[in-house]
Amino acid sequence: MKAHGTAHKYGDNVDTDVIIPARYLNTADMQELAKHCMEDIDTEFASRVKKGDIMVAKANFGCGSSREHAPASIKASGIACVIAKSFARIFYRNSINIGLPIIECDEAAERIEAGDEVEIDFDTGVINNVTKGETYQGQSFPEFLINIINKNGLLNSLK
Amino acid sequence: MGMTMTQKILAAHAGLDEVKPGQLIMADLDLVLGNDVTTPVAINEFHKAGFDSIFSKDKITMVMDHFTPNKDIKAAAQCKQCRDFAREYGVKNYFDVGDMGIEHALLPEKGLVAPGDCVIGADSHTCTYGALGAFSTGVGSTDMCAGMAKGKDWFRVPSAIKFNITGKLPKYSAAKDVILHIIGMIGVDGALYKSMEFSGEGLKNLTMEDRLCMANMAIEAGAKNGIFAVDEVTLDYIKDKVTKEYKIFEADPDAEYDEVYDIDLSTIKPTVAFPHLPENAKTFDQIGDVKIDQVVIGSCTNGRIEDIRAAAEILKGRHIADGVRCIIIPATQKVYLTAMKEGLLEIFINAGCAVSTPTCGPCLGGHMGILAKGERAVATTNRNFVGRMGHPESEVYLASPYVAAASAVTGKISQPSELE
Repeated sequence: MKAHGTAHKYGDNVDTDVIIPARYLNTADMQELAKHCMEDIDTEFASRVKKGDIMVAKANFGCGSSREHAPASIKASGIACVIAKSFARIFYRNSINIGLPIIECDEAAERIEAGDEVEIDFDTGVINNVTKGETYQGQSFPEFLINIINKNGLLNSLK
Repeated sequence: MGMTMTQKILAAHAGLDEVKPGQLIMADLDLVLGNDVTTPVAINEFHKAGFDSIFSKDKITMVMDHFTPNKDIKAAAQCKQCRDFAREYGVKNYFDVGDMGIEHALLPEKGLVAPGDCVIGADSHTCTYGALGAFSTGVGSTDMCAGMAKGKDWFRVPSAIKFNITGKLPKYSAAKDVILHIIGMIGVDGALYKSMEFSGEGLKNLTMEDRLCMANMAIEAGAKNGIFAVDEVTLDYIKDKVTKEYKIFEADPDAEYDEVYDIDLSTIKPTVAFPHLPENAKTFDQIGDVKIDQVVIGSCTNGRIEDIRAAAEILKGRHIADGVRCIIIPATQKVYLTAMKEGLLEIFINAGCAVSTPTCGPCLGGHMGILAKGERAVATTNRNFVGRMGHPESEVYLASPYVAAASAVTGKISQPSELE
């Protein structure tokens, strides 16, 4: 499986309150929530993002609340993969559980800039920055988690 | 190799003699929690996945606390969805307006969590129950759904950071100051994926409410869970609340920790976390004149009776400053009733405060005290992220009930000693 799109870049400690503010959580309609994704730190994200784009951030991405609405609204906005130096643990497991691909990679998180064209091979964890002509090696998942991802989420894997 | 307290609880619930950090396991759950924001997503997933039964009528709990009493039509629909599901499937521990409280204050009070339990909750502050010596962690709605249907979930076994507690807190220093100090020291990802284990001779000087406050904010250091060694204080707290059987786990003497910190409670000073991260902890020698518009005293961090009493101690016979709004939210009906019987509500109303029925409300910018652009609040809550309590350009300063109440009186961030 591969992803190919334009990068949207953020910094350290992007929290779930800015990914999707709680004031919108009176609905569980993820398409509706996607309209407000990232708006408190990036008012134009929702109008700029295209299906297949890549989100790139630095350390501790998704810290804060357990709201699954955060990875779900990112997924619903069209983002194909999130790359970060590290993920907050609830965001990490939520992403695996709902089938939003995420990759930890220090080099990619540092080097990729907003607007770069990025290609990701999920099987090998190789991230190709087409704009800069660079490749980075992301961390691959342990087999236990690959099993959940391949079954398209936790609930299917439990059946 | 010895195991930490968390590792021993996880091993026991996975049916294993031993687990190691990084190991991925499936573990049995003693309790699965959700609220009015996260449960609707879990219910949608439950139906989508085609499940037709829940694993236990007793071991699932739903608490309608975030946008309740319903703040708008959409919030009302979310609660109705939870209520209907609870009725249809016979979820016994469903708590709605009138008997609900803020989930992490309510569940310990109701005796739903016991030492040694393995608990997941679709709310990040589920780590609160580590105060009781349980393994308890926040998860998402899909995890909640899996837990409701199957009574088990996957975990990556965490390594741990040990906090060796000694001494006793000075007057007007609080458990909130201890945990803000720790988060300031290790950072908002200082315990990422790890357990924070609290033990040492100073534990006897921390009440159960102090421990609940500290374990509550383990997530603000990125931790998977915070957990306290079980002692007389724990057993005394649960004796008239917990009716189920439980097992006490202790860390092995040769358990390995990534780091060990010594925390001498006698050195802890009133502390405030400045916007927009809980790690921006400052003591008053680093705080100048910061004028404020609002004070919120409540939440799953500091809405218990000892917190309400602390606020009353400061506000008794005083009046809040002109131009400041002070909102006090007892975390449960029992806390509210106790505060009423002790005359604390009268103290607050005479001081010019608003007193609310239990709700998470303003903590997450839901309702009951939203900030306008440019406004500042001192809150006893747990997060001060951008836009957390309202407008993206408003500010939240995290503090103890003592500091919050003193700040309400002066109209700027203040410690109680400034009132004397």
